[in-house]
Amino acid sequence: MKGEKTLVALAGQPNSGKSTVFNALTGASQYVANYPGVTVEKKTGSYKYDGGKVEVVDLPGTYSLTSYSLEERVTRDFLLHEGPSVVVDVIDASNIKRNLYLTFQLLEMEIPIILDLNMMDVADRRDIRIDTDKLGKKLGVSVVPTTIKKGKGKKELVMSIAYLSGGGQAFQPSRIDYGTMEPFLREIKDKLSEEKPISEGYPLRWAAIKLMEGDSEALKLIGKKRSNPEEFLEFVENERRRFESEQNEAPEHHIAFSRQRTADTIVRACVKPKTKNERPLSDRVDGFICNKFLGPIFLVAVIYVLYYLSIVQGYNLTSYTWPLLAKIRSLTESIMPEPGFIYEPLIRSFSLWFVDSINALLNYIPIFFILFGLIAILEDIGYMPRMAFILDRIFSKFGLHGQSTLPMVLGGIYVGGCAVPAVMSTKGIPDERSRLATILTIPMLNCLAKVPLYVLLINIYYAQHKVLAMFFISTISLLIVLTVAKLLTLTVLKDKETAPFILEMPPYHLPTIRGVIGRAVERVWLFIRKIITIVAAIAVIIFALLQFPGISDDRNAYYNGEKEKAVGIFYKKIEGASYADRLQGENLMALVLYWDKYKKAKMMAKGKEAVKALNNKFEEENPVFFKIVQPKKDKAAKKVNKAFKKLFKERRKLLREIKKEKIDNSFLGRIGRYLEPATQWAGFNWRVNVALLSAFAAKESSVATLGALYQQEEEGETLETRMEKGESGFTPLHALALMLFMVLYPPCIATTIMVKIQTGSIKWMLFSMFYPMVLGIFAAILVFTGGSALGLSGLEVMFVFYSLALAITVMMGFVKSRPETI
Amino acid sequence: MTLDKLRPGNACIVKRLTAIDKLGRRLMDMGFYPSLSLKVIRNAPLEDPMEVEMDGFFLSLRHEEARFVEVEQK
Ligand SMILES: Nc1nc2c(ncn2[C@@H]2O[C@H](COP(=O)(O)OP(=O)(O)OP(=O)(O)O)[C@@H](O)[C@H]2O)c(=O)[nH]1
Ligand SMILES: [Mg+2]
Repeated sequence: MKGEKTLVALAGQPNSGKSTVFNALTGASQYVANYPGVTVEKKTGSYKYDGGKVEVVDLPGTYSLTSYSLEERVTRDFLLHEGPSVVVDVIDASNIKRNLYLTFQLLEMEIPIILDLNMMDVADRRDIRIDTDKLGKKLGVSVVPTTIKKGKGKKELVMSIAYLSGGGQAFQPSRIDYGTMEPFLREIKDKLSEEKPISEGYPLRWAAIKLMEGDSEALKLIGKKRSNPEEFLEFVENERRRFESEQNEAPEHHIAFSRQRTADTIVRACVKPKTKNERPLSDRVDGFICNKFLGPIFLVAVIYVLYYLSIVQGYNLTSYTWPLLAKIRSLTESIMPEPGFIYEPLIRSFSLWFVDSINALLNYIPIFFILFGLIAILEDIGYMPRMAFILDRIFSKFGLHGQSTLPMVLGGIYVGGCAVPAVMSTKGIPDERSRLATILTIPMLNCLAKVPLYVLLINIYYAQHKVLAMFFISTISLLIVLTVAKLLTLTVLKDKETAPFILEMPPYHLPTIRGVIGRAVERVWLFIRKIITIVAAIAVIIFALLQFPGISDDRNAYYNGEKEKAVGIFYKKIEGASYADRLQGENLMALVLYWDKYKKAKMMAKGKEAVKALNNKFEEENPVFFKIVQPKKDKAAKKVNKAFKKLFKERRKLLREIKKEKIDNSFLGRIGRYLEPATQWAGFNWRVNVALLSAFAAKESSVATLGALYQQEEEGETLETRMEKGESGFTPLHALALMLFMVLYPPCIATTIMVKIQTGSIKWMLFSMFYPMVLGIFAAILVFTGGSALGLSGLEVMFVFYSLALAITVMMGFVKSRPETI
Repeated sequence: MTLDKLRPGNACIVKRLTAIDKLGRRLMDMGFYPSLSLKVIRNAPLEDPMEVEMDGFFLSLRHEEARFVEVEQK
């Protein structure tokens, strides 16, 4: 096989170890988890053997090969159209019978097959004895036993692949006897071979079986190749009906049952069942994990630990990683052109804004890393299906799915999640309708970035009832999510495909360190690659919207005048002092920068030694300036120092005013004003509008923007006092409306991108942005205008709203959405 | 009798599948067929879904779905 390329496909039922085999063969680190349906798309890799290249494709696991689910279609189309030279059918040795069901279907496609009897260790442990030779003979394929997780059997597998793809055919593949259906199959086959084209594309017997099965896509595919499709399809339909009336059994049932029975016969002949007849360990463990009382307690404990380790401890970790990011910022600062007295060069402010935006996201990486690592552990152990089992009852009442549990937990079912990994983890939900409902509602849970605004508002307006308000905000979001999910299910998602719940409960496994870390890294990398790039692009746009058109020439002149005035006063004050002549012209600006740098450096310096070293450094750099910064007993220097402090303060005030005016005047500011007539009903003035608009890229921006809007009047004022002063008309009711709007706020850019990736549709992405906005405005207006009209206080409205939401949620739970008969 | 009526601990033999389309397909693909014997292991904490065992293989399904499996209790 020198120089040739061989194509090998890995097929098999979910969770049988295909991806592990793939990784063992190609050395890749493909996503492996103890959870059925992990691999959804096919993945490709390769290895070298005997000088030739062997390309390996990891197909999604499927229980069968019909056209009912996406994975099955992907797998089937690949096998039909890509023509692999060998298919390695990976099956779970401890569960041969049910795995053979798929093997038979692969055999019918007439592709050379190797049966990889994987997980031999599990079979051995359970004392299941398998006669592999006999099994191979009965099936007519070569059988390779492996324990691929430990690398056992890999060599044999590689050799077997080489042998078979080199043209060696071990046996004649056996075929299933469909008994009473055989005459029907023969008739269809005859009809098929009348016309030439079909015999080229597909194996005839396979096609006949598929047609009898009534597989809609097979009907379409094969029908297309006929000169007279209508007539042909009618013929097939007649055959099916004739079979059903003669045999009193639906043809698709007959086919499936024949496969199951044949599998049963073969397994009886080749497998000696376990002699020890004790309950498997996993089942005994489940006696506790899924217990009526212990189950929910354990679930809550798991969620708590997940939060505690990732959000709390991960957040602590960021205090070690943040200085790194801060260093990047100060590095950027140092290579940018220096600021002027009242003007910052555009390139400088842009670069800093950009770095700040990216840093805000990068700061989450430690949290994500821990979170993803823990999820990988839970996945490997096999806890996920149990979680789905315990909570399906509740979630299914609201159009969600047992498997929505993990996304909900990640999204922040209480407070402090993140919608990005949450949306990412919806991948495994088989029910399309529930999956979309989950994706669309998750962003309404309380992610980390929403928390600062809540804390700010609660501290100002609910200072007496902090705990209550925090409880309200962190649980109201769950009520809203459930209600909205149900509403979506009843309306826009009404016609989406649903799927039965039926879920395999795999035995528990021990997680592997390599797998866990590998997966955590892989997901963090995905986050960085896909999300950060786009957030960067959006940061540019928001920057422009906040920066332009800038302030008018008139105002520019005004600020220049103010500057001149301040500088003039300064010079007057220091007239005659011995340093005065050293501070003329450009030197003044140099002192401003020097002063600024010194103050900043001193803030960072810790301990006497460090300060001393710092002083020495600055003194060396410029002894004159240093005297002014640290006058000690020098009278003249003291005088200059005092005057300069005043000037410095004046400069800061001017800078702040300019910044504020710029925002007022910016495009975003204008939009905020433009929206004011409408948003006033929700209690939002234009400043709040601007803060909310700027939060669109990332929610933490809302508080940052408010910080820029409510300027400090005195040194060291907290944002709380500033906001309270700046918005004298604000009441707790305003705050409540604003917080509710924040709950319903459209997903951040990072999340919308993830929505696009997971739904594969721009339409859903836009919808996910649009409908929460409408809902949010509606809720805020209801609360604010309604509350004001009734003359209720913020706290009272909070109670009313909560009771209402609770009542509606309970009611929604009783509305039937799934059809009674399936 | 249908599968959803069984309680944990009950064993039975499958007689017939009455579901068509997707659910029927899925039940067949997951290994339900006439003459298969299975055992109900437990119900979820909120009673639904249920977990059954067939030949050492564990499966959970909703009662609503189990309605479509006709069985004979052993
Ligand atoms: N004990 C044992 N476990 C194995 C073996 N091979 C794989 N596993 C484990 O089985 C689980 C499933 O493995 P995967 O490779 O993800 O299975 P898959 O077939 O790709 O699954 P899907 O992508 O969901 O179809 C993982 O927890 C593996 O670590 C083996 O030989 N012995
Ligand atoms: Mg896989």
